[in-house]
Amino acid sequence: MSEGNASPPVLELRNVSKTYQIKQGMFGERKPLKAVNDVSLSLQRGDVLGLVGESGCGKSTLAKILLGLEAPTSGEVLVDGEPIGAQNRRLLARRIQPIFQDPYSSLNPRKSIRDIISLPLRVHGIGDSASQDKAVREILDVVGLPSRVMNSYPSQMSGGQRQRVAIARALIMKPEVVVCDEPTSALDVSVQSQILNLLGELRREFGLTYLFISHNLAVVEHLATRVAVMYLGRIVEEAPVGALFDEPRHPYTEALLASVLTPEPDLGVPDTHLGATYPNPIEPPTGCHFHPRCARVMERCKGVAPQLTSDGEHSVECHLYGQESGQAVA
Amino acid sequence: MTRTADTLLEEIQGPTPGQMLRKRVFGHQGLLFGVAVLGLLLLVAIFAPLLAPHDPYAQDLLARMQPPVFLGGSWEHPLGTDHLGRDYLSRLIYGARISLLIGGFAALISGLIGTAMGVAAGYFGGRVDMAVTFLINVRLAMPVVLVALAIVAVFGGSLQVVILVLGFLLWDRFAVVMRSSTLQVRSREYVTAAQAIGCSTSRVILSEIMPNIVNNLIVVVTLEMAHAILLEAALSFLGLGVQPPTPSWGLMVSEGKQMMLFEPWLVAIPGITLFVLVLAINLLGDGLRDVTAPENRS
Repeated sequence: MSEGNASPPVLELRNVSKTYQIKQGMFGERKPLKAVNDVSLSLQRGDVLGLVGESGCGKSTLAKILLGLEAPTSGEVLVDGEPIGAQNRRLLARRIQPIFQDPYSSLNPRKSIRDIISLPLRVHGIGDSASQDKAVREILDVVGLPSRVMNSYPSQMSGGQRQRVAIARALIMKPEVVVCDEPTSALDVSVQSQILNLLGELRREFGLTYLFISHNLAVVEHLATRVAVMYLGRIVEEAPVGALFDEPRHPYTEALLASVLTPEPDLGVPDTHLGATYPNPIEPPTGCHFHPRCARVMERCKGVAPQLTSDGEHSVECHLYGQESGQAVA
Repeated sequence: MTRTADTLLEEIQGPTPGQMLRKRVFGHQGLLFGVAVLGLLLLVAIFAPLLAPHDPYAQDLLARMQPPVFLGGSWEHPLGTDHLGRDYLSRLIYGARISLLIGGFAALISGLIGTAMGVAAGYFGGRVDMAVTFLINVRLAMPVVLVALAIVAVFGGSLQVVILVLGFLLWDRFAVVMRSSTLQVRSREYVTAAQAIGCSTSRVILSEIMPNIVNNLIVVVTLEMAHAILLEAALSFLGLGVQPPTPSWGLMVSEGKQMMLFEPWLVAIPGITLFVLVLAINLLGDGLRDVTAPENRS
């Protein structure tokens, strides 16, 4: 996707898979659950990749792999062209930092804001306590909080303020990549836009790269430069944000875009043709994983898994766009 | 930065955590009562030789079972004397040493064992959890008093044996409570955040998890301390705890029980002190949990 660029992508995933062994019942046999299945992605500096998909499609597992909290079963993650398996876990923490969904759970209620934000500095032994204090003051200013909150505790702050603290903690080490796992979905609508605008400003100011996980398509359209659509552990479509929203190719993307509620109550709940059932990820459907729910299913989809086809920027994994090639799945 | 700028900064930043804590502590009556009573008993235990009017072992068979002063006794023996003519107040004062020693050390030993096991089980899960849960079940299958009786019967009753027996028997509640508290806390996102920041496992446990479960620990410590003190009294009452003539409150109840119908104060005085001590410890635990709980900070 980005072979033409001279600099290596700041973050690259090559054929990353994560398989969990799920035991059913006390004496049940262990069955593999492919939470992330052969995912390849690459982010250039300054990119914001929106990762969208239903609950349970593997978005959060992917985020955990990026943060080094889970080791991929196969494949590799590269930061600036270096595989992170070879890197020290602590070095990785300097370059990739998370912002979590729920600011009520992501801040330790026992710690003051000063302690929470300066924790990365203390863990990595950067500076003495005076310079750490100074850094905390500066980063509080950057995220738009007054420095008097330093002695406060999370329970004394609102959701939006807490999320600003979480952002400050993520940014104090000047990371290159920030993994945002639904950073606004636990917030009030009025606060959501403030946080999103803050994230956008910080990206311009510090040249940050975001992996932005969300199921809110409006948020993704607002912030992302590229969008990847995930279904049952696979990236089924990836494109620049304009192309994906203007002419979605994969039927699943079409359904997702159609599922957005409008403010017009008379229109009712949109019909996505998806049905209600999400397939059991332990026994995924044969062929194309999406075929039981697909509005444009063909005979070939039931037996043959589609392959990724790409025309430069826009890639999609669907028989509607592929060539005749395809591989049979047992 | 000049001095004035510093003070200005302090004013802007509002009360420090220390100031806010002080305010919460002095607004909590149960905690103050617990601290006062426990502190008083601690001082009494430490300075027992200075405070006791008589030698707690000195017998005076001519002055047996004199009533306490409020029942018409003399100020020579403010709480009367027991069946061997020993000064009851002096024995009570020395007995505080035994109760506090046993409560403190038994809670310390069992707290260390149980907390280590429970936190490890909750944090690591899997096989560690299975092993710890098995040990907890084994321990719960043993009746404490029976095992304590058997061990004391074999090794003989002494202060050290009682402390060790109780210490190694009372860790189950620590392990159960710490395990479930750790399980609750370890799935919170701030633990994940600390891991993503690059904290070591010991740092995650000590600095992220422990502060959030320590108020549960405090409650269990006080419960088990009270439990140990009562068990010591029970063992001494049965004649298998601290051996006479050592002054122990349980032993005093035991020695007074034959006279209970005629001289009820022999049982009532050590019984009331036991009750007040256990109540103070429990109030202290409740109060500490209240003032350190994050919900009460706002």
